[in-house]
Amino acid sequence: MYIELKNINKTFGDFKASDDVSFGIEKGKLIGLLGPSGSGKTTILRILAGLEKQDSGDIFIDGKNVNNLPANERGIGFVFQNYALFPFKTVYDNIAYGLKVQKKDKAFIKNRVSELLDLVGLPGLEKRYPDQLSGGQRQRIALARALAPEPELLLLDEPFAAIDAKVRKELRSWLRETIDKVGITSIFVTHDQDEAVEVADEIIITNKGRVEQAGNPVEIYLEPKTPFVAQFIGQSAIIENYGTLKGFTQTDSSNTAVIRPEFIEINKFEDNGVHQYESSMEDGIVDEVLFRGNAFEVKVKLNELYLTGKYDLSAPRLRRGDKVKILIKKLYTISGNQTDILLNKGLDTSDVYYI
Amino acid sequence: MKKEKSKSSAGVGQKILRSGVVSWIIIIAVWWLGSLAYDEYFLPSPTETASSMGTLIQNGVLGADILASFGRILKGWLLAAAVGIPLGLLVGNFKPVRWLVEPVLSFFRFVPAIALTTLFLMWFGVGEESKVALIFYASFFPIFVNTIAGVASVDKSLVEAASSMGAKKLHVFFTVVVPSAVSNIFTGVRLGLSSSITCVVAAEMLVGSDGLGYLINSSKLYYKTGWAFAGIVTLAVIGFAADRLLLVIGKHKLKHFGVK
Repeated sequence: MYIELKNINKTFGDFKASDDVSFGIEKGKLIGLLGPSGSGKTTILRILAGLEKQDSGDIFIDGKNVNNLPANERGIGFVFQNYALFPFKTVYDNIAYGLKVQKKDKAFIKNRVSELLDLVGLPGLEKRYPDQLSGGQRQRIALARALAPEPELLLLDEPFAAIDAKVRKELRSWLRETIDKVGITSIFVTHDQDEAVEVADEIIITNKGRVEQAGNPVEIYLEPKTPFVAQFIGQSAIIENYGTLKGFTQTDSSNTAVIRPEFIEINKFEDNGVHQYESSMEDGIVDEVLFRGNAFEVKVKLNELYLTGKYDLSAPRLRRGDKVKILIKKLYTISGNQTDILLNKGLDTSDVYYI
Repeated sequence: MKKEKSKSSAGVGQKILRSGVVSWIIIIAVWWLGSLAYDEYFLPSPTETASSMGTLIQNGVLGADILASFGRILKGWLLAAAVGIPLGLLVGNFKPVRWLVEPVLSFFRFVPAIALTTLFLMWFGVGEESKVALIFYASFFPIFVNTIAGVASVDKSLVEAASSMGAKKLHVFFTVVVPSAVSNIFTGVRLGLSSSITCVVAAEMLVGSDGLGYLINSSKLYYKTGWAFAGIVTLAVIGFAADRLLLVIGKHKLKHFGVK
């Protein structure tokens, strides 16, 4: 492993920001640190950069223990959430900062700066000041500045948080491409799962200062290892007493389950309509219909339970208050620290699938 | 259409009001009306004040006093900046020193320079030194305190960004901390100038034989109330002009350091 964190602990007063955090990262990978706010992801990033000192535990970069190396000797590029561009310096001087620290000669700096401006797609902006740039441009300059001294590792703290939704999507794929071009090992922090899934090679999910699961996005999505991950990923609904649902029997060890949007199928109720799995379907009422571009997102009320699911654009239109038939194809059951997939009995004869 | 018209005319009205022209017309009108009710010795009218000013300019008294007062202000104020800024940067940058200095500082801030006049006369004599020392004291605190505040309020992430790019502490101090403090330092320097002006008048009223404070104070000896008014107006105009000049220079030259 190129980067390795071993049993990192960090508390701020009573708050445990890092609780026995361990993980490793391969060289050249782009990692997404994903978790709700306050889950300790930024703290991990700051400890790695040397901006914060862990209470205990070890950090290795390329096999070398860097515990006692201050931030200015770690050779780690850091892109801050608010960009932290020097407002009193031009774009040129911002990007040149790290190179001047390294005492590179003028011609070299000039070349490197224009090379980086080309890389981030903003050539010719040398003389601008940060307050003359848009949010997206600042973000790009901040990345160029962090890359200028050729760091071994690039850390990005919520790189898209301060950018409006429209530009964000475009910037995500741009970041992915740029990092691929440079080929630098990178870690970025986000609380947005779409972002993590779209940008990262691998995702590390944090919660309450702990690492819940690490792996590639598909693996985490399909095989959540902890209850937290199961309910955090996807627009999950959490239900108690899932045994009352048609096609499911409550197991002894568990009475909580998670249902994801893609686990359910919503059909408009038609008096004369007959469905293949009629006997396994629940009756529900449409609560909300939202247009999501490629599909409708429909929130349905099933007794006291609210579920969200996708609904095809070509299917008969649904309105609030319409009756629907809902097929719950599967759900994740949670028992203790374990999650299992449970299939609807109407769809399959074998009862339970364990992962 | 009609609505739009009334809107734009309201805009013009607002502009005029905000420019301060109306305020000045009102003040001068009230002053002038008041002066009608009293004689020249008690409350000289705006025109009488202007003619006193004319006399004082002609006989060279006003010019000499302006030079005397502002010579002192410049000395004391520049000296205060020369000492206050570096000291403030140093104190602000080292937390333990800041903790040591701040409690005493917030105590002394409330001792007005005027209260120290007598002491300073005793210590520095009745000549220039005591006046310059007094002005120094008066403008030192705003400059010093604001410089410390500027250093203390530097955006932490800028410092972290610099060190993640490999900069050592001293380099960070000069390339990040000091530039970040510029806007606060500038505010301190401006406040220092205005307290210098207050202070110089007080000092010249108590001792001395020239300066605007002396002019205002001595006018009572000759029943020349108009002179006092001329002195006061001069002070206001020059003080205002100096502050504005400083602000314009600051806005122009230090825009990117956050001076607004």
